[in-house]
Amino acid sequence: MSAVRTDLTLGPVLFNWAPGDWRDFYFRIADEAPVDTVIVGEVVCSKRTPFFAEHIPAVVERLQGAGKEVVLASPILATTERERDAVRELVTSAGDFLIEANDMGCVALLGGRPHWVGPFVNVYNEATLAWMAKRGARSVSLAGELTSTALAALAATAPALGVDLEVQVFGRLPLAISVRCYHARAHGLHKDNCRYICNEDPDGLTVDTLDGEDFLSVNGLQTLSHTYVGLTGEVAGLQAMGIRRLRLSPHTADMVAVARLFRDLADGVLGPAEARTRLLAIAAPAKLSNGFFHDREGVIDTAAP
Amino acid sequence: MASFELICPAGTLAALRAAVDAGADSVYVGFRDETNARNFPGLNFSRTELRQGVEYARARGKQVFVAINTYPTAGNAGAWHRAVDDAADNGASAVILADLGLLDYAARSRPKLRLHLSVQASAANPEAIGLYRDAFGVRRVVLPRVLTINDIAKLNAEIDIETEVFVFGGMCPMAEGRCSLSSYATGRSPNRNGVCSPASHVRYETRGSKLVSRLGTFTINTFDEDEPAGYPTLCKGRFKTHDKPSYLFEEPTSLNALHLLPDLKAAGVKALKIEGRQRGKAYIAEVVAACRLALDRFDRGLPYDATTLDRVTEGGKDTAGAYGRAWR
Repeated sequence: MSAVRTDLTLGPVLFNWAPGDWRDFYFRIADEAPVDTVIVGEVVCSKRTPFFAEHIPAVVERLQGAGKEVVLASPILATTERERDAVRELVTSAGDFLIEANDMGCVALLGGRPHWVGPFVNVYNEATLAWMAKRGARSVSLAGELTSTALAALAATAPALGVDLEVQVFGRLPLAISVRCYHARAHGLHKDNCRYICNEDPDGLTVDTLDGEDFLSVNGLQTLSHTYVGLTGEVAGLQAMGIRRLRLSPHTADMVAVARLFRDLADGVLGPAEARTRLLAIAAPAKLSNGFFHDREGVIDTAAP
Repeated sequence: MASFELICPAGTLAALRAAVDAGADSVYVGFRDETNARNFPGLNFSRTELRQGVEYARARGKQVFVAINTYPTAGNAGAWHRAVDDAADNGASAVILADLGLLDYAARSRPKLRLHLSVQASAANPEAIGLYRDAFGVRRVVLPRVLTINDIAKLNAEIDIETEVFVFGGMCPMAEGRCSLSSYATGRSPNRNGVCSPASHVRYETRGSKLVSRLGTFTINTFDEDEPAGYPTLCKGRFKTHDKPSYLFEEPTSLNALHLLPDLKAAGVKALKIEGRQRGKAYIAEVVAACRLALDRFDRGLPYDATTLDRVTEGGKDTAGAYGRAWR
C-alpha cells in the first residue's frame, strides 16, 4: 500500500443529460459521494454548452461547499472561432480554479500557469510528461490505451517532476473524437440540424455489429467503448506503482455507490473480488473491461471466467 | 512558381523512385519499425535504403521526409531517438513528428533538422500550432482532417508557418492521433504500434452466400456475392444502431480533393499530400502522375480533370470529406 492517499476524481459528464438532471447529479455527488475532485464542463460538443451554463455556478458552489476541489474542463476539439473564443474565455475567467486542458490549444493559452491535463492530450512517455510538467501540468489523466508497463514507467518519473498521475478506473472509455456527429448521422440528420438527438441516450447510443453483438457506444462527436472500464483487481497495482488519482467517468448508474466502492477498495476495506461483483451489477447489462491495462485488446475482461 | 508542393508516399525504394519519376516534389517514408504510422509487414525503409532514396531524390532536385509519427513507448523511447538521429544523418530534408517529448528531443539534439508536425498530433487551431512553433521551431503543420476549407483559410490567416493538407487517398473520419478504436478491438493502435485495423487480426469467413469480414472477434461487415468485399478498417465497417445497419462512421471511400485546388490555394495551403505509403509502386506512379498533371495545368490556368483517379479510389467512390461542411 502506498503511503500517499489515493484520491478519487469524478470526470466530466460526457453525455447530453437534461440540464436539470445534470444539476441534480452534481448536487447528489456533492452531498454523498466520497470523491476528492470533480471536473466540470462540456468537453464533447460546443452546441450543448448553453444548456448547462446557467447551472454551473450553483453546481460549483454546492461541490465546493461540500469540500470538493472543482476543476474546469476544456473541450476536446476547438476548431471554430466560437469554440476557440470559449476556450480563451475559460482560461481568462477561471480565476482560482484549475483548468483541465483537453487539447494543445488550451495548453498554449494557459501560458505555463498551473493546470491539469486531461486524457484527450497524448501523454504516452516520460519525455512528454516532463515537458508537460515544465509547462505547468500538476496532474495528468493518462490515455486509456496505456498498458500497466507504460503506466509504471510514467509513474516512476512523476514524483521528481512534481506531477500527479491519474487513470480511469470506471466508465465507458472514450475511444475517438470527430467533427462528424454520429448521433445525428444515425438518425439521418446533419450536425447543423441535429435536434440535440444525443439527449436520447444518457449513457451513449449502442453500436452493434451486424451479428447483433454490442461493440461501441456513440455520444455525438465521440465514440466510446460499449464496455465499462472496471479496474477493480488493478487498483492495488495502480497504488503500488504510484498512480495518485483514480478517475470515475459519470454514468446514469449509481455513481455514489461507484465512488464508495472505489474509496473502500483504495482504502483496503473492500476486497477486489467483492468490488468486482458489485461493479458488474452496477454496469449491467454492459460488461466490464480491463484489457488495455493488461496489454490486450481494450474490450477484454481478463477477470471474466 | 508552382502553387503547391506535392508530397508523395513511398513504402519501398521502388515506390520512392516511381513517385520521384512521376512528379513528386517531396517523398515521405518511414523506417521499418513501430516508429511510424504505417508499420506494416514488408514495408518501409532500412537506413541504407533511406540513404539510397535520398540520393535518388536529390539527384533530381527532390526531397525526402521521414515520418516518425507514432508516440514513443514509456520506458523504451530509444528506437524513436535513433530514428530521428538516423533520418538526420542520412539526409532527410525534414522529419514529421507528433509526440511532444520527441519534438523536444529533436529540437534540442538536432537544431538544424527541419521539423514538420504530423497529422497524428491533431493540431487543429492557431493556438496549438503556435505552441509547436514557439516550443520546438516547427516549420510546417500537416492539418488534421477536422477542418473545412473555410476553417483552413482562417487558420492560415492567423499562423505564420506552412500548412500541408491531404489531397488524395484514404481518410480517417476521426481526429488523427486521438483514436483507440483499433486497439480496443485488436490491442494494436496507430499511436502505439503504427497500425490501424492490422491485417494480422483480419479474417474472412463464408456464411452461406455471404462473406463476413472480421477484425479481432468482431464482425466489421458482410457482403453479398455480387458485392465487392472491402478491407475491414474498423471505422469503415457496417454496424447497427436501433437495429438499422449502416456505414455509421464512414463509407468505404477515399479522399479526392483535386477539384478544390482553387479553394486550397486561396486558403493559403503550401503543400498537398497524398496518403498511401502501403501502396504498390504502380498505384503510386499513377496517382502521383495524375496529381502532377492536375497541378501543372492548374498552375497554367488550364482546365484539369479531377476525376481521372476515380478508378483507383476505395470502393470506386471518393469524397471531399471534412473539407466541406456537409460531411459533418
